Amino acid sequence: MNAPQKILVLLAHPVLERSRIHSRLINHVQHLEGLTVHDLYEKYPDFNVDVKAEQKLLLDHDIIIWQHPFYWYSAPPLLKQWLDLVLTHGWAYGKGGDMLKGKAVMNAISCGGSENAYREEGRNRFTVRELLAPFDQTAYLCGMKYLPPFVIHDTYKLQQADMDMYAIQYEQVLTALLWNRAQEAEYAALKTLNELCPIPKNLQQ
Amino acid sequence: MDQQSFLFQALIFLAAAVCMVPLAKKLGLGSVLGYLLAGVLIGPFVLGFTGMPGQDIMHFAEFGVVMMLFLIGLELDPAVLWQMRRSIAGMGGLQVVLSAACIGGLAILSGMQWQGALALGMTLSLSSTAIVLQTLQEKGLMRTGAGKSGFSVLLFQDIAVIPMLAFFPLLATLPKSSGGHDEHTITHGLSAWMHSVVVLLSVAAIIVSGKYLIRPMFKIVARARVRELFTASALLIVVGIAVLMTQVGLSPALGTFLAGVVLANSEYRHELESDIEPFKGLLLGLFFMAVGASINFNIILEQPLLIAGLVVGAMLVKALVLGTIGKLFRLGTDQNLVFAIGLSQVGEFAFVLLSFSVQEGVLSREITDILTVVVALSMAITPLLWLLNERLLLPRVGTRAEEERSEEAFEEKNAVIIAGFGHFGNTIGRFLRANGVHATYLDVDSDRVDLLRRMGFKVYYGDASRQDLLKAAGAEEAKLLIIAIDSAEKRLEMIETVKKHFPHLRMLVRSRNRDDAYDLMNAGMLHVYRETIDTALRVGSDALSMLGYRKYTAHRAAQMFFRYDERAMKELAAIKDPDEYLDTIRSNIEELEQLIRKDFMDAKLDADTGWTREEE
Repeated sequence: MNAPQKILVLLAHPVLERSRIHSRLINHVQHLEGLTVHDLYEKYPDFNVDVKAEQKLLLDHDIIIWQHPFYWYSAPPLLKQWLDLVLTHGWAYGKGGDMLKGKAVMNAISCGGSENAYREEGRNRFTVRELLAPFDQTAYLCGMKYLPPFVIHDTYKLQQADMDMYAIQYEQVLTALLWNRAQEAEYAALKTLNELCPIPKNLQQ
Repeated sequence: MDQQSFLFQALIFLAAAVCMVPLAKKLGLGSVLGYLLAGVLIGPFVLGFTGMPGQDIMHFAEFGVVMMLFLIGLELDPAVLWQMRRSIAGMGGLQVVLSAACIGGLAILSGMQWQGALALGMTLSLSSTAIVLQTLQEKGLMRTGAGKSGFSVLLFQDIAVIPMLAFFPLLATLPKSSGGHDEHTITHGLSAWMHSVVVLLSVAAIIVSGKYLIRPMFKIVARARVRELFTASALLIVVGIAVLMTQVGLSPALGTFLAGVVLANSEYRHELESDIEPFKGLLLGLFFMAVGASINFNIILEQPLLIAGLVVGAMLVKALVLGTIGKLFRLGTDQNLVFAIGLSQVGEFAFVLLSFSVQEGVLSREITDILTVVVALSMAITPLLWLLNERLLLPRVGTRAEEERSEEAFEEKNAVIIAGFGHFGNTIGRFLRANGVHATYLDVDSDRVDLLRRMGFKVYYGDASRQDLLKAAGAEEAKLLIIAIDSAEKRLEMIETVKKHFPHLRMLVRSRNRDDAYDLMNAGMLHVYRETIDTALRVGSDALSMLGYRKYTAHRAAQMFFRYDERAMKELAAIKDPDEYLDTIRSNIEELEQLIRKDFMDAKLDADTGWTREEE
């Protein structure tokens, strides 16, 4: 295949200037061919989302990534605003709403809690995957393929080296997506997309 | 004049003003007429409290006009003057030339020599800057077509006085009368060209010192932080220039006007304005009283018909000339009426020119005595003419809509009334209309009213603070009144009217700045909108973003600052003691200091802690 897939990263971070993870991830991947980074809080500081422009952007891409911190088991409010306004009835879903059909979509999130906290016995009682159900269902309703999430845990315990390795991992995962290197069946078997390009055990903290 | 009699004079003048002006205002006659009546009352022909018909006081009071021109100059920087060049030179030039020609022509027909007739024409062509500007401001008409045109013409006339003064000696046919004050000037005895050089040098001196002397001086004075010192230096400048100008035989008013223009761009402009303003007001009042007192009723009684004929004739000719010019420059009919009738009187500079004509032997003492009375009378009846125009003529012209109005009465009344349809009001109106909310508009600019009516807006012409107009616009049924008019006094006046007659109306009021907002809050307004705060914060937020701040962070910072500033304003407004408040228009600097200090104390404006934990 000669041309890459087109990826749209919808970044939603209210204080990106204070973020350590997300700014690193973005810095690392924004140069990739075929990838567009769309910084929602920079574009719409007044939350006045331009629906037409956003819909056009969606049409121009094959894979959509909602990249955001996992605030209160969900996304920052501007991303919710974006969902509410852009995915309109008759366009994204409902009668005649098939504009997004066949595209793929996923979340790329950072969580303060450890992976252990996100299970039935853990502090957060649900797995990340379970908590992402609203996004999953949104994708389903729009006829999109919902890919496993890219997840970074323990964000406030990470050292610089860890974060840099996550950034490289993110780059690798996105590269695989851009060039269609993973098979459908593989996605189904993965809990997170991180597993597509695992960080070697001996390098982890 | 010994001290006792000076104080006694002051007592009489002040008492007369304090009694008559509020009375005149109450009767809807305006303050100018109030002062004039006060002058007549204390003058030699009614109560006789002031001895000589006003001459001494007149000289002193003319200083009010000088100060007024200084203030006008301050309002105009050279760029604005340049913008207005067409209307100043065009309208003003035409007015002076045509009026002088017509009046002079009539004088020649009645058997005067051409030289005297020409001087007479030029003298009577001038209108009263003092009366007209004061009235335009009081009625909030400065920004209308009539206001702007009137201002241009007056400005040209004030400038035209200089060449007239230079030209009059050439028209002399009689021997120079002795006792003129010419001997006192330093240019006395100089040859004509030397005189011109001196004049040019003094004008240059004013411009240069305005730039390189006065501003540094203010800097030093301001650093001393003694308020009355600033007032003193402001007065020093005005008086100094007036003296210099008189010394070289020029109009002091023009000199101070020039100085005002030079200082218009300086950082001390507002300070100067608020320092000089009260003196100007008082002295202008005195000036109007002096005009009232100087009306020589004996001459009127001796030749009542001649005097009446001259007054009516002169004013009629001037009004016709002005009306023609207004038509030529496309003023709407009613704007033209305000313009033509408003400027039809003869102005204060005529007194100067008349006494100068006697000195230089251009006109005889008998003629100037009669003319002085004519000028004073024409000034005295001006406020009455304004009133007649407003009550009788304008309703007929301005409301070509009178029939329409009766039709409109059957329509459903709008829930929103917007007073003032300038840039501010029309943005609100367009926004509401875009959202399907139709409003009723009130405006004083008839050209705008016409345009809006043609576009299907429901607009009433007239002074929005009038109860009858508000009623006609449906104030009884409306829910909201948006006060978007430009003049701060008019807004307060309007609020009083509404509180009294339409207490159910919720008012949203535009305010220019903090001081304005305090006034409005003290008048009981809850919804006060400073016209600059949102824009200023948008600029601030964009500036932050250009410096590398994230847009959303900058946006929130601006929103937080706004919330904080509104709260701080409410606190500061509450602290203000109402007595103290009356004289605190000048407290700007101290208040700024207070504000900034408060900013430092309260300013953990950055209070977003909710997001941080995850990323720390």
